[in-house]
Amino acid sequence: MNMKINAFSRFVLLAIATVVVSGCSGIEPWVKPYERDRLADPIMALDTDPVSSSYIQHVYEAREGARGGEGAAGGGCGCN
Amino acid sequence: MKYSREIVVTTLALLAAVSTAQAGVLPEDRADVLYHLYDGGGVEIDGPSVLVRKQVGKSTSFVANYYVDMISSASIDVITTASPYTEERTQYSLGMDYLRGNTTMSVGYTSSVESDFDAKTYTFSVSQDMFGDMTTLTLSYALGDDLVGRSDDPVFERENDRQQYGVGLTQILTRNLIATLNFETITDEGFLNNPYRSVRYVDAGSALGYSYEPELYPNTRTSNAVGLRAKYYLPYRAALEGEYRFFTDTWDIESHTASLSYTHPMGPWIFSAKFRYHDQTGAHFYRDIFSRSEATNFRGRDKELSPLTSTTFKIGASYQFIDDVEGWGFIKKGTVNLSYSALAVDYEEFSDLSTSAVLGEEPLYVLDANIFQVFFSIWY
Repeated sequence: MNMKINAFSRFVLLAIATVVVSGCSGIEPWVKPYERDRLADPIMALDTDPVSSSYIQHVYEAREGARGGEGAAGGGCGCN
Repeated sequence: MKYSREIVVTTLALLAAVSTAQAGVLPEDRADVLYHLYDGGGVEIDGPSVLVRKQVGKSTSFVANYYVDMISSASIDVITTASPYTEERTQYSLGMDYLRGNTTMSVGYTSSVESDFDAKTYTFSVSQDMFGDMTTLTLSYALGDDLVGRSDDPVFERENDRQQYGVGLTQILTRNLIATLNFETITDEGFLNNPYRSVRYVDAGSALGYSYEPELYPNTRTSNAVGLRAKYYLPYRAALEGEYRFFTDTWDIESHTASLSYTHPMGPWIFSAKFRYHDQTGAHFYRDIFSRSEATNFRGRDKELSPLTSTTFKIGASYQFIDDVEGWGFIKKGTVNLSYSALAVDYEEFSDLSTSAVLGEEPLYVLDANIFQVFFSIWY
């Protein structure tokens, strides 16, 4: 089992390294900078209001047992 | 102390959020003044949050946050095993982003102080733009140092250390679609239970049929969470966002969380609506009632560790009162924002002991809460 995990880990690391190294040689971006006008619209921001989203994330972490995985840091202890 | 751990780590998200999605560009200079109110389950929490971000020079941006929770609690836990209380927590956060080429390095510090809880957290993250700025890779690390006390015992002092490791990938997929994938591992070691909480166990000698004893948690916890989020620009000017998160930890809690939100601008207004659903299993040491005193090595009755489902429906409106073309003095843009969330939590193994029902016939507890946020934002 451990050998399988190690082999898988090596494969993942190799895949990441390949992607990163190939990135240095220049992958052509398929969405050109001048085609990103819609993505630059404020309504497309992934976190429009950090002060608000941080607060509501805290409410969830205080009321539920899960934590993290929602972008950047996260966490909680499951207290009330 | 009941809220400190969460707010510290979520504020780290606040400090890092902007840079996560926009490595290669420093976050915009802005200030936010927010008032929040949570009212539900006998608990009322309100207070301000002030966030100020300012760029200094060409490559450095500083951010500071001041946050206060004023808590008045007569929750189901409090009224069944303790007395209603009020308390206040004050939290300060400072952060800095440094941009060099396509790389953004961020450091942050957060301090949360309460009468019986002191938490300090240090964060570090690196974001790298790649592939013609279509891809942003973020690596983050946070170290937390908590000191847990008891208001009724000045000698009581316990420590908890927490480490967080995060990897995030944000990817432009098409000219209308952007997605982000986040993986996060968090490990805790130390005093993890609430010093005020109790579990109940069957006790034939008691008039109620049960008695209470202090809860006892494991001293370690490691969790893994993976979240996927995608946002799509609709054929007309509006956005649709979907999110899913899978969570699992060494306490045997496993959860699925999904949400869908819609954003619709209309002149100077931006309206939004969101629905969120969360479902989780319970911790392996959680019981609504134990068969006897000290029945298991570890024991807890925190309702957040019970199997549960929660749903949230949120609506929000934002009005831009300072136009970003004309501006107003040094202010480029200003908005006022209002949101309301209705949160409902159904606990599958947590009985409502506030009723006079006899042992074994207590109804399951249901939490309904109203959450309001009002905030002003200016960009300069």
